[in-house]
Parts: sequence; structure tokens; C-alpha cells
Amino acid sequence: MKALMDWIDDRFPLTQMWNEQWGKYYAPKNLNNWYYFGSLSLVVLVLQIITGIFLTMNYKPAAADAFASVEYIMRDVEWGWLIRYLHSTGASAFFLVVYLHMFRAMLYGSYRKPRELLWIFGMVIYLVLMGEAFFGYLLPWGNMSYWGAQVIVSLFGTLPVIGAGLVEWIRGDFYISDITLNRFFALHVIALPLVLVFLVMAHLLALHEVGSNNPDGIEVKKNKGPDGHPLDSIPSHPYYSVKDLMGLAFFLVLFCGVVFFAPELGGLFLEPPNFEPANPMQTPAHIAPVWYFTPFYAMLRAVPAFFGTQVWGVLVMGGAIVLLFFLPWLDRAPVKSIRYRGPVYKVALALFVVVFVVLGYCGLKPAVQPFKTLSVVGTIYYFAFFLLMPWYTRIDSHKPEPQRVTYHAH
Amino acid sequence: MLIKKIVFAAAMLAPAMALGEAAAHLDHAGTDIHNDASLQRGARNFVNYCLGCHSAQYVRWNRVAADLGIGEAELERNLMFTGGKSYDTIKSAMPRAQATEWFGVAPPDLSLIARSRGTDYIYTFLRTFYADPSRPAGVNNLVLPNTAMPHVLADLQGVQTPRVELVTREGATEEHIVGLTGGSPGTLSGEEYDEFVRDTVNFLDYIGEPVKAKRQSMGVWVVLFLLVFWLFTYLLKKEYWKDIH
Repeated sequence: MKALMDWIDDRFPLTQMWNEQWGKYYAPKNLNNWYYFGSLSLVVLVLQIITGIFLTMNYKPAAADAFASVEYIMRDVEWGWLIRYLHSTGASAFFLVVYLHMFRAMLYGSYRKPRELLWIFGMVIYLVLMGEAFFGYLLPWGNMSYWGAQVIVSLFGTLPVIGAGLVEWIRGDFYISDITLNRFFALHVIALPLVLVFLVMAHLLALHEVGSNNPDGIEVKKNKGPDGHPLDSIPSHPYYSVKDLMGLAFFLVLFCGVVFFAPELGGLFLEPPNFEPANPMQTPAHIAPVWYFTPFYAMLRAVPAFFGTQVWGVLVMGGAIVLLFFLPWLDRAPVKSIRYRGPVYKVALALFVVVFVVLGYCGLKPAVQPFKTLSVVGTIYYFAFFLLMPWYTRIDSHKPEPQRVTYHAH
Repeated sequence: MLIKKIVFAAAMLAPAMALGEAAAHLDHAGTDIHNDASLQRGARNFVNYCLGCHSAQYVRWNRVAADLGIGEAELERNLMFTGGKSYDTIKSAMPRAQATEWFGVAPPDLSLIARSRGTDYIYTFLRTFYADPSRPAGVNNLVLPNTAMPHVLADLQGVQTPRVELVTREGATEEHIVGLTGGSPGTLSGEEYDEFVRDTVNFLDYIGEPVKAKRQSMGVWVVLFLLVFWLFTYLLKKEYWKDIH
């Protein structure tokens, strides 16, 4: 074994790569339960790629066959139902762990200097993931797939001058058709996954270059031991290997609970109208995107049309995502972690979570009261949270940061 | 051509919206996919009363037979009236083009109807037909107003008549159906008919996802295994981390 490793290492830096990226990558020892979601996102990505490969073996990307081929997978392909449910549940799980991962960064200021680029790579991953989910959602060719794609693609039509032409270019046709399905399939199974994998590598390289933040939000590299490693850090392997394995096992209990007992999750993961084939002649009674898009969908609907165009809602929705990119520079607090921040930020962040969930709920509901008013109030708060951040994080009080991380052995 | 399509889509949209608003109260179906006797009765009801017009094109006969504990010979003798091979999917004898001509709309495939509409919906739908001479088939429905479907179970249930009350809303008085009463009687009692519909809906629920029962029973073992696995990973983590102070 040793001889084999030496043989490889003389020709390829395998051991060096392993040590740099994980084996001898020193991470703060005080990482808490919020720190599982990074490794879980990686596991879900791999799960989506593997189940996706098996799905493409039986799926037919043609308007005439797509819906039937999914039912063929569900009924006639050996273990096809399991592969399909793992993939459909995996899509929702991906967003869930990514949202929690992003919230962790907001709790502990993980996006602050020197981790701005790490945050931006993460945001691009999130953006690509949204595209990946959107393209994938058309593939089952159910009626909600069809009309969901119709609604989202037509958003580009609100752009002045280029709108109409752009929509036609995206669809490749005058309406969502077989041609659209074909190109969405290409984007979903190869183009975006490829980009996603490279971005994840960049995200990990950036992380291992600057080092992990921690719940205290202090730089562990300021206190190094005689061996050159930070005193408060431990090698990822075996410590975080076994800890992440434990987190993964717990995640799998919940995940498989959904896959085996509630794969539709009450219509939230698989929507009832999507069990009817796409019908260009009849819309579902109520069109709503899947839950992970609904906060942004609510913002889109919250903005009224004026000057004879609906582009404002689209701009607000886009702006809501663009703002996230600037988070590292909007936050002016002298401390990173929520533990040492003052009451203003704590209240603002707590309200932000409530607003995000309420917006998500409103986006699932038809545009009637009280959801209309809630969406407007929520949208205003969402933007205020980011745009006023330079001001309220500066005037906020804060507690002194400790010199060393807080850790209680257990 | 495109303009035509858009106009048609818009025209179809209006009733769809109205349908969304007029959501009738749905009764609880109370079906149980683990009840094989009920599923077998449901399969019988399905081939006798539904299959004439509706297909279940994603469902294979022999899969149904295997899952419900029906022998192949029994299957071909008692259920497969329309002929074909046991590995075929369940096709209706009615040609779609003619069906569209007769009913105005082709009867939908029923493979996934329980997943798209829900069991309560079908259970209530099949029990709320009522006499309405203004409709082509002489009946209307509380769950799906102006349905194109005739009351094919009329000989079992009889034909109910609506109890109408006058409701004044925003100054205008309109007729409002507040319930149904037994009109002409059928061959089944009210309870027997509910049971008949429940078995049928149960079968539709089963064909919506034939693997559901297996999935759930398998899930118990998967989750139990993962819980044990989690316990071991917890102990492993604890063992390693006891060195960290």
C-alpha cells in the first residue's frame, strides 16, 4: 500500500492534495451544529448527480414521451421509484441545506473579510442551483412543469426592447414546446451540473485557503502553536470526518423519512397538478413555483405594474438576489459573530428569518388578502434589512470578542 | 394558428379559475391501500364501471394481479374483458376520437387521478351526482360543476335531487344547492354505495402509485437501520473527540 502511494505521489500530488484539502486542513475546534450544512450540500450534490445519471437512462426528453417515461421509471424500472424520489426529494433537500448554510454565514459573519470571495463563489453556486432546479422542473412535463416554465420564461418578456425576442430565443419556439424541453434537458444534465462542480471546487479551494470561520467569529490564525497550526484548530481528519459522518447519518434519517413516507410532502415537494401531463390548453387552477422559489415569487407579485409595464416586479426579484452578493460590504459591524453583536442586529436578523418564511408562504398562496399586503410589507423589510445594514450595524452596540474560541469539551 | 391557441387557452382559463374558487366541501375517503380485499373489490368495480370509457395506460394487468394476490388465470377470466396479454397496460376499448365526439371531452386516463386530485376529491365526486335536466346527460355534480361525465353508477346509487335554497348576495338572489337528497333509489343502500365508492377509490389510489405499500414497509427498516447507524457514528465521534479539550 505504502509502495503504491509512493509510486502515485512521485507522479501526482495525491497525498499532498488530500492533506491540503482535508487530511491536514486545520479547522477551528468550536464548530457547532450549524456547520453540518456545507458537507451535507456536497453529499446532496453527489446524490443528485448519481440519481440523475440513472434517471437519464430511462427518461425520454421529448414532449410526446417525457411524462410517460417518468411513469415508466416509477412503475416498470427496477428501483426506479426510489431513484426518482431520491432525486425529487434531493432537489428540495439541496435548497434546504443551502439556505441553512447561508443562514449560518449570516449568524457568524462568515462572509466578512477575508472570506468575501468565498461568499461570492457560494452565491454564484446558489444562482446556478436555481437555474438547475428551474430547468429540471420542466423535465417531468407535468402540467405544473409546463405552466411554471411558461410563467418564469415570460418574465424575461417584460424587459424593454429585447424582451420579446429574448423569450423566443430562450424557448426556441413561440411557446413552451418539445424544442424547449430538449434544450432544458441539455442544460439540466450537462451544462449547469458541470459549472456547479467547478464552482464547488472553487468554493472549497477558497475556504481551505482562508480557513474556516467559527461561531465566535474570531481569526484562529492569530494564535498559532509551535507547530505552525492555530492553537484552537484541529485537523479535519479524523475529527471533522467523524463529526460530519454523524451529521450525515442524522440527515439521512430525516431525508429517508421523507423519501419513504411522504415523497410529495403534502404537495410541497411534488405538486398534485404535476401528476397530470402538460396541457398547453389548460392551466392548473393555481400556478405556484416549488417552495424554494416562493419567497422571491412573492416579491415579484408584490410590486404593481406602472408606466404600462410589469418589469418592476422582475427587477425587484432580481435585486433581492443581487443584494446578497454585496453582503460582505453592507455589514459594517466591528464584530462578526451574532454572539458579540448588539440587540439591533439580533432583532433585525430574527425578523429577517420570519419575513423570509412568511414571504415563502405568501408565494405558495393565490394573490389574495392578506397575502398581498404581507408580501408588500415583507418585500419592503427584505430590502430595508440589506440597504440599511451599513447604518444599523454601525450604530449597534457590541460586546468585546474573546482572544480564544469558546469550547467546552463534552 | 397561434392566435387561435392563445384565445382557446384564455377561454379554458376562465372556468379553471372559477373551479378553483368554488371548491366544494370534500368528504374523507377513508381508504386503506393495505386492505387487499377492498382493493380486489375496487379492481372489480373499476373494470365493470370505469374501464368502458377510462384507461389506466401506465398500469400493467399482471402488476395489479401480483400486488393484489390475484392469479393470472383468474385475472384473464374475471378482469381482462377487453382481451390482450397480461403484461399489457390497461387500455379502454373506447376510441379517444369518438369519445371526444360523444362527451365533448375525452375521458381522462385514471392512472394518476388519485395523485392529481386526491382520494377525497374522487370519493366525493362519485357520490355527489344529482339530477339536472339542463345538462346533456341529465345529471350535474357538486364537486365538478357541469362535468361531462354521465352518472354511470346511477343504477347503484339512484339519482339524487338537489336541495335548493335562495341566497341573497350583494342584492342579487341566486339559487344555492345546500345538499342532496335521495331521489329515485338505486340497488344499493346509502352505506353500501359509500363502501362501493370507497373500494373503487382505494383501487385508484393503489394504481396511482403501485409501490406505495412496499415503499412504506421498506421505509420502516431503512429508517431503523439509519437510526442504529447514527448511534454508531455518534459513539465514534464521541470516542475521537474526547481528546479535544
